[in-house]
Amino acid sequence: MAVSERPTPDFSKFKSSEALLKQREWKSRIMAGIIGLAFVIAMIPLISLLWTTIARGVKRLNLNFLAYNMSGVIGGMPTPTGGHGGIEHAIIGTLEVTLGAMLISVPVGLMCAIYLTEYARGSKFAKAISLLVNVMSGIPSIVAGLFAFSLFAILMGPGVSNGFEGSVALSILMIPTVVNSSVEMLRIVPDDLREASYALGVTKSRTIVKVVLRTALPGIVSGVILAIARVIGETAPLLMTAGFIVTTNWNLFSGQMTTLPVFVYQEYSKMSVTCPPTAGPGCVASIPSERSWAAALVLIAIVLVLNLVGRLVQHLFSVETK
Amino acid sequence: MTSKDGGARGVAPVAFAGAKTSRHGQDKIFHAVALCCGALILVALGAVVLFLLLRAWPIFAGPHAQTSAVFASLSGGKAHGFWQYVGPLVFGTVVIAALALAIAFFVAVGVALFITFYARKRIQTILNYVVDLLAAIPSVIYGLWGALVLVPATYPFWNWVSVHLGWIPLFAGPAANPPRTVASAAVILAIMIMPIITSMTRDIFAATPRLNQEAALALGATKWEMIKLTALPFAKSGMVSASMLALGRALGETMAVMMVLSPGMTYSWHWLQASKSQTIAANIAAQYPEADSLGVSALIATGLVLFVITFVVNLLARRITRKGGAR
Repeated sequence: MAVSERPTPDFSKFKSSEALLKQREWKSRIMAGIIGLAFVIAMIPLISLLWTTIARGVKRLNLNFLAYNMSGVIGGMPTPTGGHGGIEHAIIGTLEVTLGAMLISVPVGLMCAIYLTEYARGSKFAKAISLLVNVMSGIPSIVAGLFAFSLFAILMGPGVSNGFEGSVALSILMIPTVVNSSVEMLRIVPDDLREASYALGVTKSRTIVKVVLRTALPGIVSGVILAIARVIGETAPLLMTAGFIVTTNWNLFSGQMTTLPVFVYQEYSKMSVTCPPTAGPGCVASIPSERSWAAALVLIAIVLVLNLVGRLVQHLFSVETK
Repeated sequence: MTSKDGGARGVAPVAFAGAKTSRHGQDKIFHAVALCCGALILVALGAVVLFLLLRAWPIFAGPHAQTSAVFASLSGGKAHGFWQYVGPLVFGTVVIAALALAIAFFVAVGVALFITFYARKRIQTILNYVVDLLAAIPSVIYGLWGALVLVPATYPFWNWVSVHLGWIPLFAGPAANPPRTVASAAVILAIMIMPIITSMTRDIFAATPRLNQEAALALGATKWEMIKLTALPFAKSGMVSASMLALGRALGETMAVMMVLSPGMTYSWHWLQASKSQTIAANIAAQYPEADSLGVSALIATGLVLFVITFVVNLLARRITRKGGAR
């Protein structure tokens, strides 16, 4: 109606000048450059780390290194078997301690996830638990180690040190990861499946075990594998719980146990050994650091393979749902 | 029992009455086990605090002369009481972690932006894997690499900084050689926490509403303006909570700091000089093997302080995530 009475906006004010356009264009380009630079900077340490570990680790990594422990190794002198000591005991220790942690945390974590998703979905108690699970996942690993140490010192007397103590420490770190990944996987299971099962007269526990868990199984498995990959490299808590020995200990519940990360650290802190002039050419002064690089390479390989397997399982699972 | 459960029971045929009760019993046991495992989380957290307190108690309750002797021997004669001992450690922990976060944050967000908005689809998946790979490498290997490769390699850079920026008290020289300093420890920690921030912010950036992005582009925004207008505001709370989580991780990191840093017990701001600060976690791991019973109590007491700090930081991070609408 009274269109003509409206003030006419001064469009020329908004007209973009050539210079302004150029400036904005350039700003965008510069930011793209900065973002690309950030990416390059972030890649440098990764490449350097992988490269040095492989280059320095390969030198001492042979069958002898994998098949013998450190008993009878004197300084940089070669052992009677022709090697310079090895990590057989550390690999066994790592596997047993991690297996122990897994046996504690997988049932507990899985049942907790089932409680959160199947029984108490959205209740106040469930919310409190899931908040605490999240907070628990931020517990420093050294505090978990101190906890296991205190627990065993108080319950079993001072000076106790065995592999299982390390398993307890690791399970504190592992449970939240298992709970979180399992909850995510259980939530994906469609409600239709549950309802169909109930409609057939199947009880709730059977529905959960036979239908829900079976559907979510690959996702849960991959979550567990990733959780293992995370704790298998933990050092600090094992330093104070599982201890350090040079011989092979098969018993998880008695006596100290060496794990790979602790071995890496211990060899690193030795740095080098002195070779007396009479030692001959077989003596290697820098053997501890070489051993620690080789053990680090084995550790990285284990962690990466676990990650790869976990992701592969996840990938196969996600294809199935679509 | 929930109402859902009641419904499931209702449809069971009467003919199986006997089987029904036993199955019902199974159901109850299963529910109870699940509830127990849920409650176990509460118990476990409570037990962590309880057993740490129990084991740390002697250092607070013991005779003063003895405890002060313990602190003196742990700190090399510098501290005689608990707060005097833990003060510099808290200072070192917070400074190093904050510094690491300051270094990591911008790089991490940059990488996340690169992955989400600049990289091609194919490269995206590879890069996501690379970021996860960075996060998966054990801290002891970062420590090994940091101590034997990074620290020696960065001396020229730190030296240059101390010579040219030495007038800023933070960078006052002479730069330590080898630079086992607060600055180097912070760089190592920054490398370790970067993947955490990247993977979280990447997920949020990827969730930025597509329509907003397209609207911004349709209005003639450049790519950077589009990011600034849509992605960054959308991801703000997520970015804050991601960095809080990363901060929590940095506060508790032990091995890398212990292997790289030359420890000291002062409130010094000189980041490029050696033997100035130490973190709680690294101090526990380093002193633990040689400590006697009371000494271990003292270290566990410092561990409790660390636990409280990380607990608060993590709680805040989760609170922010829940409030922010990004997830």
